[in-house]
Amino acid sequence: MKNPYRTQNIAFFFLFLATLLIMVPVGLIVAIIIQKGLPAINWQFLIDMPRQGMRAGGIFPAIIGTIYLVTGAIIFALPIGLLTAIYLSEYSKDNLLTRLIKLAIVNLAGVPSVVYGLFGLALFVVFFKFGTSILSGSLTLGIMIIPVIITTSREALESVPQSFREVSLSLGASKWQTIRHIVLPNAIPGILTGTILGLGRAAGETAPILFTVAAFYLPQLPSSIFDQAMALPYHLYVISTQVPNVDEKIRYGTAFVLLALVLFMNLVAIIIRYKFRKKKKW
Amino acid sequence: MRKLKELIIEKVILICGLASIFFVVLIFLFLLKEGLAVFKIVSPFKFLFGKSWYPISEPPQLGILPLVLGSLLVTVGAVIISIPIGVGCAIYIAEIAPLKIKEALKTGIELLTAIPSVVLGFIGMVTLVPLAKNIFHIPTGLTALSGSIMLAFMAMPTIVSIAEDALYSVPKTYKEGALALGATHWQAIWRVMLPAASSGILAAVMLGIGRVIGETMAVMMITGNAAVIPSSILAPVRTLTATIAAEMGEAVVGSEHYFALFAIGIVLFVISFAINVTADLFLHKRQ
Amino acid sequence: MVIKFNIENLNIWFGSIHALKQVSVGVQANEILSIIGPSNSGKTTFLRMLNRLNDLSQNFKMNGSVKLEQEDIRNIDTELLRKKVGMVFALPLPLPLSIFDNVAYGVRMHDRKNKKILGEIVEASLKEAYLWEEVKDRLNESAFKLSGGQQQRLCIARTLAIEPEVILFDEPCSGLDPISTAKVEDAMVKLKQKYTIVLVTNNVKQAARVGDRTAFFLNGELIELDKTDKMFTAPLDKRTDGYIRGKFG
Repeated sequence: MKNPYRTQNIAFFFLFLATLLIMVPVGLIVAIIIQKGLPAINWQFLIDMPRQGMRAGGIFPAIIGTIYLVTGAIIFALPIGLLTAIYLSEYSKDNLLTRLIKLAIVNLAGVPSVVYGLFGLALFVVFFKFGTSILSGSLTLGIMIIPVIITTSREALESVPQSFREVSLSLGASKWQTIRHIVLPNAIPGILTGTILGLGRAAGETAPILFTVAAFYLPQLPSSIFDQAMALPYHLYVISTQVPNVDEKIRYGTAFVLLALVLFMNLVAIIIRYKFRKKKKW
Repeated sequence: MRKLKELIIEKVILICGLASIFFVVLIFLFLLKEGLAVFKIVSPFKFLFGKSWYPISEPPQLGILPLVLGSLLVTVGAVIISIPIGVGCAIYIAEIAPLKIKEALKTGIELLTAIPSVVLGFIGMVTLVPLAKNIFHIPTGLTALSGSIMLAFMAMPTIVSIAEDALYSVPKTYKEGALALGATHWQAIWRVMLPAASSGILAAVMLGIGRVIGETMAVMMITGNAAVIPSSILAPVRTLTATIAAEMGEAVVGSEHYFALFAIGIVLFVISFAINVTADLFLHKRQ
Repeated sequence: MVIKFNIENLNIWFGSIHALKQVSVGVQANEILSIIGPSNSGKTTFLRMLNRLNDLSQNFKMNGSVKLEQEDIRNIDTELLRKKVGMVFALPLPLPLSIFDNVAYGVRMHDRKNKKILGEIVEASLKEAYLWEEVKDRLNESAFKLSGGQQQRLCIARTLAIEPEVILFDEPCSGLDPISTAKVEDAMVKLKQKYTIVLVTNNVKQAARVGDRTAFFLNGELIELDKTDKMFTAPLDKRTDGYIRGKFG
């Protein structure tokens, strides 16, 4: 056996190298998009319609479309996700049904995003005849982010100490009263974190909206939930692969806006979580 | 009155709890409903092992072997790259990094998870693709290799966070015992920690693979999308996911092409289901 | 002598663990019944049976009967039972609410009362728990700002506010210093005029100080139950004697 400390140094060097191989590109990606995208951003870019086949003008309808989609997705996903989390954390027993639900959630989280797109197409667009519309897209994205909301909300609910529940019950409160007045209020920061992470996920996904909502080029705002709409991630895909001769500035600008939107949401979630941890009273 | 209200609330919550099962079943049923029709035109065997994918020729040729191989090639490449780096990084974060740096690294990983795949695809197009073209002197940088690298990168967060969890949950006494016997820190990691965390790490790798197989946008943007059996890792390929994403827009609802794309969806669903169930078993074994 | 609780042939299991074995006890109205015994002797399980908190455990099983004033507690609405049988836990466990809301919590859960009445109930309960003077000017502050002893008296006040008939104390002084302990014990002795008290304690001396009768549990069995004076001077069972003298614990 050679000197074990030398082996250790070599091993640790490679582990460090592996870490760098992930972290450096992450930093570079963000840096490149900021460096090349930021100069493209001005007020006009954000609030103008695209023009000349998306080779000029702004990305306003894509921003609005994404906001609509994400809002719709969360309206659908939050109640179901939160109630499922409540079921798992407060009501479920350790039995086969619970195991099945957990397995279903794991699978729901693992279904490829493009398969969600197919599902949305088959169920909402074709079967329910919602057509390619904001409604179809929102529902598809909503189902996709349910696992995110369940997982984070459940963690938040379970981190509320069991003793609080016992105290509340021992004072004669019912189970639901205990959940409503003690468990939920103390889990709200965590639930909020999960919701925002879900929003971020929904805002960045492209594949689920490809066939359910996305309009290739639609320089006007949607007027109802049954309209098609543009969306930021799809717009970025279109102008980087489908439309030749788009000014690089527009591509980077769009990538910047999308990344900024998603990272902003994540940042908010991180801040909430951090503040909550610091403020925790127990 | 109060009892009734409690009961109603409990039932509503139970129903929502069942929603996840309902959605998984619903997804599978609708994929079957739209996808099985393709087997009236082509046998399952010919569908899975047919060597040509020309969905809009007359008659259409619906063999997905080139796409399966495309997915496989890109996935294998990504796995080879991402396992050592991802597990290495997990070990570094769990065992070596000081607390402050650890937090920073975890934030970095979260950042990577958050970047939308279309943004990564875009970045891959403007950086990785020209780079590959120049290094290997090939006509296009849109290759399986570029896709593998990008996908490896996208699988990292999954692998790192789950493997780190697995290492973290190895009882402290294991490591302390090894150190007390005079092992170096690295020996303790290599001989004790890694074996103890192995099923969790395996689950991490499997979920990473699941992520890679299911990834769509980035892979569509940088692998070149040639639906032929790939000849080398430096040739353009097309994956199962990219095929659906690229062609569904043009497929007429109810056409053979449409059914075939849904059938590919079934294949993807079954693969991801198998991977997730297996990974879940590994994770449960650990507990 | 009025019997408040009548427990007959009670057996409790958690999974395969037989936590209580054939326990029969009568709890008299307006007495303090102390329950002593080493840890894992089943005394807390016994206490949590009386307000059915054991039901929260997934693999809880029981047989035998527990009657509150002749009625089997399994036939009483759980919330109503817990309103009649209040509990004070081992550690001070204020809810993450203000001082006022902590005391008002149980009352609010049972029915809507107007502000004035609620205020009166809170004041009366805090006075009964000897806390009013210390907190009357800061009722809206977080309960976590109180000291440990104050928190425990707040928990007592919170239990009193729902006007129970029986109060269960689960080692209420285990986290407190001697001065706070004395205050809580004072409160208990005065409370027994109005309430029936069952006190689980790890502290043999505490049982001797406040208990009218004392029960000794060991390994899930009731070994001996007698007047506190008699138990501490002439216990019938050798094991009781050994435990009281501190030979094991």
